[in-house]
Amino acid sequence: MSESIIQIQHLTKTFGTGESAVHALEDINLDIKQGEIFGIIGLSGAGKSTLVRCMNLLERPTSGSVTVNGRRLAWMEPDGDGETPAFVSEKELRLARREVTMIFQSFNLLMQRTCLKNVCFPMELSGTPAAQAKKRALELLDIVGLRDKADAYPAQLSGGQKQRVAIARALATDPKVLLCDEATSALDPTTTASILGLLKDLNQKLGVTVVVITHQMSVIEEICSQVAILDGGVVAEQGNVEDIFSHPSTDAARRLVYPGGASVEQYPAGTRAVRVAFNGGTAYQPLIASLAIDCGVKVNILGADTRNIDGRAFGTMLLGLPDDPNEAAKALSYIRAQPNVTAEEVEYHA
Amino acid sequence: MLEIFTADFWSQYGPLLWDGTVDTLVMVGISTVFAYILGLPLGVALILTQAHGIRPNRAVNRILGWIINVGRSLPFIILMIAIMDFTKLIVGTKIGVRGAIVPLVVSAAPFIARMVETSLAEVDAGVVEAAQSMGASTFQIVWKVYLPEAKPSLVLGGAISIVTILAYTAIAGAVGAGGLGDLAIRYGYQRKVPSMMLVTIIFLIVLVQVIQFIFSHVSNHIDKRLDPTARSFKGLDLLSRFAHTK
Ligand SMILES: Nc1ncnc2c1ncn2[C@@H]1O[C@H](COP(=O)(O)OP(=O)(O)O)[C@@H](O)[C@H]1O
Ligand SMILES: [Mg+2]
Repeated sequence: MSESIIQIQHLTKTFGTGESAVHALEDINLDIKQGEIFGIIGLSGAGKSTLVRCMNLLERPTSGSVTVNGRRLAWMEPDGDGETPAFVSEKELRLARREVTMIFQSFNLLMQRTCLKNVCFPMELSGTPAAQAKKRALELLDIVGLRDKADAYPAQLSGGQKQRVAIARALATDPKVLLCDEATSALDPTTTASILGLLKDLNQKLGVTVVVITHQMSVIEEICSQVAILDGGVVAEQGNVEDIFSHPSTDAARRLVYPGGASVEQYPAGTRAVRVAFNGGTAYQPLIASLAIDCGVKVNILGADTRNIDGRAFGTMLLGLPDDPNEAAKALSYIRAQPNVTAEEVEYHA
Repeated sequence: MLEIFTADFWSQYGPLLWDGTVDTLVMVGISTVFAYILGLPLGVALILTQAHGIRPNRAVNRILGWIINVGRSLPFIILMIAIMDFTKLIVGTKIGVRGAIVPLVVSAAPFIARMVETSLAEVDAGVVEAAQSMGASTFQIVWKVYLPEAKPSLVLGGAISIVTILAYTAIAGAVGAGGLGDLAIRYGYQRKVPSMMLVTIIFLIVLVQVIQFIFSHVSNHIDKRLDPTARSFKGLDLLSRFAHTK
């Protein structure tokens, strides 16, 4: 559990040169342990995709080192008075890529192949005999619950089903790491939950390390144990998910944890607050109302970033708790008793 | 002109028309095969070496692009005459069906390269990237991703290429290559047999229609991007649209 599977040191990535250069990543250091579900969260343009693409060299780092499963993919080589980046050979990279596979927001299935043939694809690439590949592909489709769709074409599947086929395909070479770049961002909340459930399952059953890239807090909360917050190309904070979400210590983390732009300065230090995440229960307004009616406790909405989808609430809300500790505890336990709601107390760092 | 419905006409010109049609089909068929043997790899090379391709190479891309543009900017009749010595070198003659094939190939290959490039450019970059992320080699990406994923589009492009080559053969006919174009000019124009002109025109139209129909049908049939159940309603859908406009 504690052995490193992905180590990234002093990684930088710059697109372009001179005036138009974009510093997408700057001095990134990450250590992802075997068997973890590691989340990387950040706003759009933070550099998440670039970072994850450096883990299989779809993007070549400008400098720094990337080691995956004990294999150096990129490193710095001394060169006179400085250092130049060096990369693994094309041939070895192709082998490495069987150990680190990837799924995408847009699924990227081969549209002219059946699901079965899609799952066979990576095995065809590696020269697995056709009969053996087919057998394995059927097993994998079984694992993702789509054996009956083996002969269907991707165009005939829903988004969630496509992503399941993509997951089966990504598992075909028995990878050590599964990289997921916004894998659920194109899916509705229910489907998202089922795909995340599948990833968690695969992580537990197969021991595959999962790296989850997302801009949604709920995704991290749902399945990740460790998280790195990426902000403007740098890692603002990283560590245990609960620690980071309950004690965010950087602005970047606070922006993610306190939704709807609730800012720290607006409220006196020491204000007790609770962050409530709605995972698809009934709409949120009744919660606040019933809290007042059932417990006689009034709470302030400090900020909210929730959406109603089909009459069900998703997202997070920050509630200011009453000063009275008894009332606060009562409110907290009432909120926690609601279905499809998780609540955690957060602290302000003024 | 009604004489095209008489037995006399067909006994006089039937064999000529038959030979002309066969010559045309042979010229078009052989030229298309060789033009694709040249044009397909060129089109693939253009896609691979483009800036966002999987083997970006500015110099190669520029040079290939330039050669193709030169090839495409020469009108067929001029190219045919300009390369006559080359033609003789390759097939031993400057005239007849054999003499036409070389300029047809040289002229069509750059056109086909662009058609192939356009078809392959439609392949989703994400799918190519996914294949790369699975460790596919460049050859595997071409062979197992680009070409199969673009197949319906390549087939449609095939119809356009063949019809273009068919048009070139008519021009080649004017300088002694034989075929339907040759008949139209020699009999329809020079010997003033209007029915021959009419018949060759009808033959050419039918040929183009048949080619287009077959290729469109095949393309549609092999394209798995459309839900097959949805596809079967296409005809109905079209009908209902007409109903609306009426
Ligand atoms: N191929 C590229 N060329 C130039 N700039 C790029 C390229 N890819 C990404 N960038 C830039 O790098 C930054 C990070 O992008 P990205 O990693 O896609 O962010 P995220 O996935 O977090 O939304 C953005 O400013 C983006 O415009
Ligand atoms: Mg991204």
